[in-house]
Amino acid sequence: MSLKIVVLAKQVPDTRNVGKDAMTAEGTVNRAALPAIFNPEDLNALEQALRLKDQHKGSTVGVLTMGPPRAGEIIRQGLYRGADTGWLLTDRKFAGADTLATSYALATAIKKIGNVDIIIGGRQAIDGDTAQVGPQVAQKLGLNQVTYAEEILKVENGKATIRRHIDGGVETVEAPLPVVITVNGSAAPARPCNAKLVMKYKYASCHMERKGDEPWAELYNERPYLTLNQWSVADVDGDDAQCGLSGSPTKVKTVQNIVFQAKESKTLTGSDEDMQSLIKELIEEKIIG
Amino acid sequence: MNNVFVYCEIEQTTVQEVSQELLTKGRKLANQLGVELHAVIAGTGIKGKVEEQILPYGVDKLFVFDDDGLFPYTSAPHTDILVNLFKEEKPQITLMGATVIGRDLGPRVSSSLTSGLTADCTQLEIGDYEDKKAGKHYDNLLYQIRPAFGGNIVATIVNPDHRPQMATVRSGVMQKALYEGNAKGEVVYPDVKKYVSPEAFVVKVLERHVEAAKNNLKGAPIVVAGGYGVGSKEGFDQLFQLAKELHGEVGASRAAVDAGWVEHDRQVGQTGVTVHPKVYIACGISGQIQHIAGMQDAGIIISVNNDPDAPINQIADYIITGTVEEVVPKLIKYYKQNDK
Repeated sequence: MSLKIVVLAKQVPDTRNVGKDAMTAEGTVNRAALPAIFNPEDLNALEQALRLKDQHKGSTVGVLTMGPPRAGEIIRQGLYRGADTGWLLTDRKFAGADTLATSYALATAIKKIGNVDIIIGGRQAIDGDTAQVGPQVAQKLGLNQVTYAEEILKVENGKATIRRHIDGGVETVEAPLPVVITVNGSAAPARPCNAKLVMKYKYASCHMERKGDEPWAELYNERPYLTLNQWSVADVDGDDAQCGLSGSPTKVKTVQNIVFQAKESKTLTGSDEDMQSLIKELIEEKIIG
Repeated sequence: MNNVFVYCEIEQTTVQEVSQELLTKGRKLANQLGVELHAVIAGTGIKGKVEEQILPYGVDKLFVFDDDGLFPYTSAPHTDILVNLFKEEKPQITLMGATVIGRDLGPRVSSSLTSGLTADCTQLEIGDYEDKKAGKHYDNLLYQIRPAFGGNIVATIVNPDHRPQMATVRSGVMQKALYEGNAKGEVVYPDVKKYVSPEAFVVKVLERHVEAAKNNLKGAPIVVAGGYGVGSKEGFDQLFQLAKELHGEVGASRAAVDAGWVEHDRQVGQTGVTVHPKVYIACGISGQIQHIAGMQDAGIIISVNNDPDAPINQIADYIITGTVEEVVPKLIKYYKQNDK
């Protein structure tokens, strides 16, 4: 059977490689100093989707992302690897969304896309590490969910068989389609970008990403596939009250930079004398032994 | 109404430690708010087997849902139980483990009830909140405190208007303790069919393989941990030897785990195990915030690092400036000589 697959992907600041200039003097995050990347586990999810497309003739993979106009890059990264299409949800009304308001927006877009068999995303995004959006999208769509997936073993007779990570082990589950799947970082890594696809799609962009004076602007008339779908709240028939800040039950009360209390400490060298006296001191004070 | 609820997780008929840790925390919050602590558990063949693992932590009322199909865990039946129970009971706070199960169940329940959920909290406190824009004051909200942005900041989250206020907490972050006060200890066995629709059982677990934890890192009194500065898998052999001499366990930073020198289940930090040992010996660990989040409560911290400016030295009690290769064998040697 051919499958219609939507990959949920997020552009995130690379919090794993935080340099010294990542925090401002006031203790807030300096987003500009952090490179924006494809959320790592979303790449694992994209790979699972592309494998299904390879196995099931006639299947399509689309990348759905929400963010500012520059998040169009996420869709291009998907197209470079073999996705067929993408949608960027972008609107100031989406700003300030917590996981629930984010899930509402994504679920609304998925309804608009329509007739989706598999919705698949990373387990969590590295800027929040909450793992909440996948299950909440599933709930909003009234679909089953399988989280922490490591491999989609097969899809047949309207059912997906999935191996997933659990605490202390693994399990294999079978879930009827349509289903929402979140993929763990231990799943297979994403394939590299395909050079031909990069050539084909490198100028693909959403309207809001364009300045209008691009030397290749004419291409947009000749090649409709270079214009990526860009949707606002109104485009997906969303309810303003459930989007962004107003649709978010959780509020951030305070944000603090982490400051460690410097302790009074003893500094030693690695010499034999120092090591012997340290061990003696620790034993005498019954800290060890 | 308005009580504190803890969802208890099980493996077969064994209540998970993280749930007991949350019962202890939940009891404290309930006392502070002057309300009751309630617990809910769902499984198969658990009646008569789980009550004594839960009640001693100060539970006033325990809801035991026992029926076929509730173990192994699948999302929909457990969601139905919590959603329908919470519609009746209207808790003000709900806590669950930030485990694979809790992180599957929590968001589904919170979305069904349109209530807020904060994942992986490291502290939970009660306090007031001023919404300046709306000009509203709230008493006794749950402060859900968690690291964000890869552990570079700590955020305090509140849910002013939606109930329950839901939070998940990782295993080992809170400490369990039997309750010494008086709790009511009532147990009820609701009819599962009134809470769960038959359609909820469509996801089937075909095969399941679970192993008990291979190490006791979480409860070890002494942890010898290695980071990128250990340099190799062989370097870790020295750490294992020191840990053996000291009757401790070996931990590691993410860098050492990612390098493949040590198993993933030994990772200490925000995305690994949280430890509270008497002594933590950090060998060649620079001290990224996300590592420190998992070990900063250690009694005595000893840092072995050839970089005198390693961030971890800021929180260390003893700073040994030297390479792991050089220092660790000496620690083993002099410990053997001096220990009687």
